[in-house]
Amino acid sequence: MKIYILILMCLPLLVAAQTPAERGLEIAIEADQYDTGFGDSSSQMMMTLKNANGDISVRKMTSKTLEVNGDGDKGLTVFKEPADIKGTAFLSFTHVLDADDQWLYLPALKRVKRISSKNKSGPFMGSEFAFEDLSSREVPKYTYEFLREESVAGEECYVLETKPNYKHSGYTRSIVWISKKILQPIKVDYYDRKNSLLKTMTASEFNQYLGQYWRPHQMLMVNHQTKKETRLDFSNYEFKTGLTDRSFNKSSLKRAR
Amino acid sequence: MYLGLNKLSLFSVFSLGFLLCCESALAVDWSGYVAAEYRSFPQSALDEEQFNHSNLSFSFEPELYHEWNDGDDSLTFVPFVRWDEHDPKRSHFDVRELVWLHVEDDWELRVGIDKVFWGVTESQHLVDVINQTDLVENLDGEQKLGQAMVALSLIKDWGTLDLYVLPSFRERTFPGKEGRFRSLPEIDDHVFYESSAKDRHVDYALRWSQMFDDWDVGISHFYGTSREPRIIPKVTPAGLVLTPFYDMINQTGIDVQATLDEWLWKVELIHRSGQGETFNAFTGGFEYTFVGVMDSVADFGVIAEYLYDDRGTDAATPFDNDVFVGGRLAMNDVASSEVLFGVVADVNKGTRFYSVEASRRFGDSWILSLEGRFISNVSSSDSLSSLRHDDVIQLELARHF
Repeated sequence: MKIYILILMCLPLLVAAQTPAERGLEIAIEADQYDTGFGDSSSQMMMTLKNANGDISVRKMTSKTLEVNGDGDKGLTVFKEPADIKGTAFLSFTHVLDADDQWLYLPALKRVKRISSKNKSGPFMGSEFAFEDLSSREVPKYTYEFLREESVAGEECYVLETKPNYKHSGYTRSIVWISKKILQPIKVDYYDRKNSLLKTMTASEFNQYLGQYWRPHQMLMVNHQTKKETRLDFSNYEFKTGLTDRSFNKSSLKRAR
Repeated sequence: MYLGLNKLSLFSVFSLGFLLCCESALAVDWSGYVAAEYRSFPQSALDEEQFNHSNLSFSFEPELYHEWNDGDDSLTFVPFVRWDEHDPKRSHFDVRELVWLHVEDDWELRVGIDKVFWGVTESQHLVDVINQTDLVENLDGEQKLGQAMVALSLIKDWGTLDLYVLPSFRERTFPGKEGRFRSLPEIDDHVFYESSAKDRHVDYALRWSQMFDDWDVGISHFYGTSREPRIIPKVTPAGLVLTPFYDMINQTGIDVQATLDEWLWKVELIHRSGQGETFNAFTGGFEYTFVGVMDSVADFGVIAEYLYDDRGTDAATPFDNDVFVGGRLAMNDVASSEVLFGVVADVNKGTRFYSVEASRRFGDSWILSLEGRFISNVSSSDSLSSLRHDDVIQLELARHF
């Protein structure tokens, strides 16, 4: 205990040479490196949308991700419910700073449409999650500032302020609580273009996969301005399932299930 | 013609029965929709044999899907059936899909009946030539009949090459004597082919497509029976009839889309020979999207396209020198509410064809859609002239499962 206090007392001295920006970047890089090397992953997602009156509607989808070194990840999302959009699929090649490449497959017409990716700030499937909230978090996408250390729900966290470097974001800034233990964001406050608090995301029920990669099984997004909520429940996480670039092209989009 | 269709129907019913009885053993994934459609015609029909006022129709399109080999092999069966109150030609059955798909790392093989879409533009689909249009379904021509095919796709670093062998031909569906949206007189049941093989001519097609950064490019060629017939007037003892004539054609097509931030630039170009005079046709324009309009989460897209056919007024198409202007509003809400509206205006003749399509979801499984089509300022020389009393408002309620 005494040693612990001693270290804590020395900590400010050790980090005194760093500016808050350097410290913030350092934490972001550490978190990113800890999550590097998962290769590919897939999971089932259930999205529960709740409006201010408490009305609920549910979406189900499967999601596949391919890690791309030196750029944003590739993603393929296939919708299962509601039934009218079953088979509709969304392919994205995310990029660090450039606009993402996005395609939508409409099964009734058998048509693949390349779509504009300017909709980063737009809602994903009518939910409180924006496209940019679900996009891969690459280090150069943001500038960072270390604010403080703080515990959230009994978990020790680094608190960072991040500002997007990419175009068309719906946010001026976010406050991110990164768990020291698992190096994953467990809470994010999003501030809108007028710098008012817009939404809070909390991630919970983390499991560790392949002895390294932590993933939440639940993410809750609360919109403070509209009082709407969206809960995302993840299940059947799988890693290193052998997905390649070939699993993420227009041909695979057309037959994705 | 009817014999062929009946054989196909019989085969499909057996296939459906087979799939249903094996459902428990084979783990068949089952989905689809059933829909009721109501159409209202404010004007009385041009021909006294056509129905007036309103029309009720029901349709059903289930999909059965079964996969094995970890999804590398699959069988998809999509029959479609419609019952129509007034037009027996619109009451019809079709196998939209009955296809075996086999997937390997860099190639895919499809054998059976399937649907294929090519192209990028919104107002019409020039390069999209594999499937026949199921015209009795909707005037917009977006609904297609299933096409028998063997299709091989090679997915390589240099692009995707799709090769098609199309062993049989489907006639375009046309509204019957009692139906609306038809020519005057109606299209006759007797059809004529250039090829002596008639609807058994084996057609071929190929398409190469590739993505270059912000550009998506496709080049295609089709050799075979034209999906679009020439309509030939014939004098018979019963009077004047209009008969479809299906030529053998060669058609080369190019489609390009550039996706530059909120701008989508789109071009489709075809060169067709074998159907009278060799000709070229073009559709091109842009879609510009305003994201988050008026501080909401809704997106609004403005679409403008130019439609050209160098046969000019001789063209079978009404879109020889036309401008399409439209808008697409996506509310991005829980109900997925959307509105698409637009007008095609003929630059020379001044004919205007307006359309609006809106839809939203109710609960988890109901979709309500509204369509309106109105024609104005139509000149008697325009091929749309026979539709000048066919303004329509359509409501459809579909239950998806």
